[in-house]
Amino acid sequence: MTLSSEGHTYRRYDGELSHLHYLVLELGGLALTQVRDALECLRTRNLEMAHKVLDRENLMDLGEVNADAEIVKLIARRSPVGSDLRLVFAVSKSVTDLERIGDEAVKIANLALQIFGTGSDPNSQLLRDVNTMGALAVKSLERSLQIVDQRDEQQAVDLIRDHAEMDEEFQSGLRRLMTFIMEDSRNIGFAVDIVLIIKALERIGDHACNLAEYLLFQLSGEDVRHQATVLA
Amino acid sequence: MNSVLELRTGMNEDTRAGTMAGRRLTATATFEREYAETVGDITSANPRITCRDVNVFYGEKHAIQNCSLDIGRNEVISLIGPSGCGKSTFIRCLNRMNDTIVGCRVTGSIRLDGQDIYDSGMDVVPLRAQVGMVFQKPNPFPKSIYENVAYGPRIHGLASNKAELGEVVEISLRRAGLWDEVKDYLDHPGISLSGGQQQRLCIARTIAVNPEVILMDEPCSALDPIATARIEQLMDELRVHYTIAIVTHSMQQAARVSQRTAYFHLGKLIEVGETAQVFTNPRHQLTEDYITGRFG
Repeated sequence: MTLSSEGHTYRRYDGELSHLHYLVLELGGLALTQVRDALECLRTRNLEMAHKVLDRENLMDLGEVNADAEIVKLIARRSPVGSDLRLVFAVSKSVTDLERIGDEAVKIANLALQIFGTGSDPNSQLLRDVNTMGALAVKSLERSLQIVDQRDEQQAVDLIRDHAEMDEEFQSGLRRLMTFIMEDSRNIGFAVDIVLIIKALERIGDHACNLAEYLLFQLSGEDVRHQATVLA
Repeated sequence: MNSVLELRTGMNEDTRAGTMAGRRLTATATFEREYAETVGDITSANPRITCRDVNVFYGEKHAIQNCSLDIGRNEVISLIGPSGCGKSTFIRCLNRMNDTIVGCRVTGSIRLDGQDIYDSGMDVVPLRAQVGMVFQKPNPFPKSIYENVAYGPRIHGLASNKAELGEVVEISLRRAGLWDEVKDYLDHPGISLSGGQQQRLCIARTIAVNPEVILMDEPCSALDPIATARIEQLMDELRVHYTIAIVTHSMQQAARVSQRTAYFHLGKLIEVGETAQVFTNPRHQLTEDYITGRFG
């Protein structure tokens, strides 16, 4: 008997696991498009693009349902164990997080429609934190998807470590918005919408960080969730 | 960095069939790869059987190489591994069944409750009652159901009269989960039972001589899923009274029934650990490749 570290004896099983992997990337790519477009419609005040984001939500939902069906089928047929089991678990968790990223993008698109749909023109200073937080969220999501694709353990650790930056930016943004509100109470309505947007972006960053945590579990078997000190 | 959008590759039939020259999706970097020592904790906090540096030779063939393992009280331990890896040879050492094989030589130490079972003064007949064995294929005696169970206690003098013997038979059949099915047919031949019932009759026969340890060598491989489930449920119940070591080729069975799992490969004990750990995060590359089906 020889040791084969290249794949399962039953090769179709490799294909099924690859399929799950690609479903995550596919859903991740769609989630990234949703987030980018939602931010773009805020930046360019393009309401048509906001509607496109809303229209594509069902694709995200279908992607999640499809991935879950594939996962259940694979568990039923293959009873995965060891690293295969961890991969299936990581995929299952990742798909849920990606779908929630899609939900956050839809939330942003709806807020964009709310802000610009009435012909309002909020102070551009109010949108400053959206741009900063948006860039961080997109960067985190891009990095996490790249990490998942390349199964890069070190990059995953780095992403989790860098995540604090986003939390700090969110807190700073809240303080700045508070200042705007105190300066001029007419800003309250817009400021609340902006708070909801940057909160959604902060959540997108959290979900991206989760993807890196699931990958670490998949690769090493170590569960680093809720353990800030593990990677410190 | 490539755009992640480029990763939105459509799934095609080549990928599904595993014919794509894809990258391996699992980690390999952190595994133990050395053969020299068993990975994991070989000891038990409350050992019933203690094996140290056990070697088994069939003539020139070195079938088991330096295996050390504790088997704890009231635990089910699964021994898994590919055919010819030595797992059956190993459990057959635990009640000296290998003594019956010409040219077989066992070295090292195997102790049952601290007593060396290979001591020259050890009587193997009571030993095999203390450490009973259930085989792959049910092998009831060509006698009645009652006599199948009563035979052992009678020859070991475990019952002083017919009433006591009847009690032992009933208790054994109850513990084996067979009493309700056969209580009205005790005089029927054992071989008239179904395969699953015959296997439970063999377990009752083993229990009847009041063992401490039950060894099971692929006890369900000839049974259907329902009979298998009954035996597995039985193992869970029997664990309260006995220590059980089971050899199985079914990974799912090992995962279901045992608290600890030991993986053998080419005569060596490669890894031993809590079953949940072995099946979710094995520490040796060979264990990972075996349980996930990556042996070519």
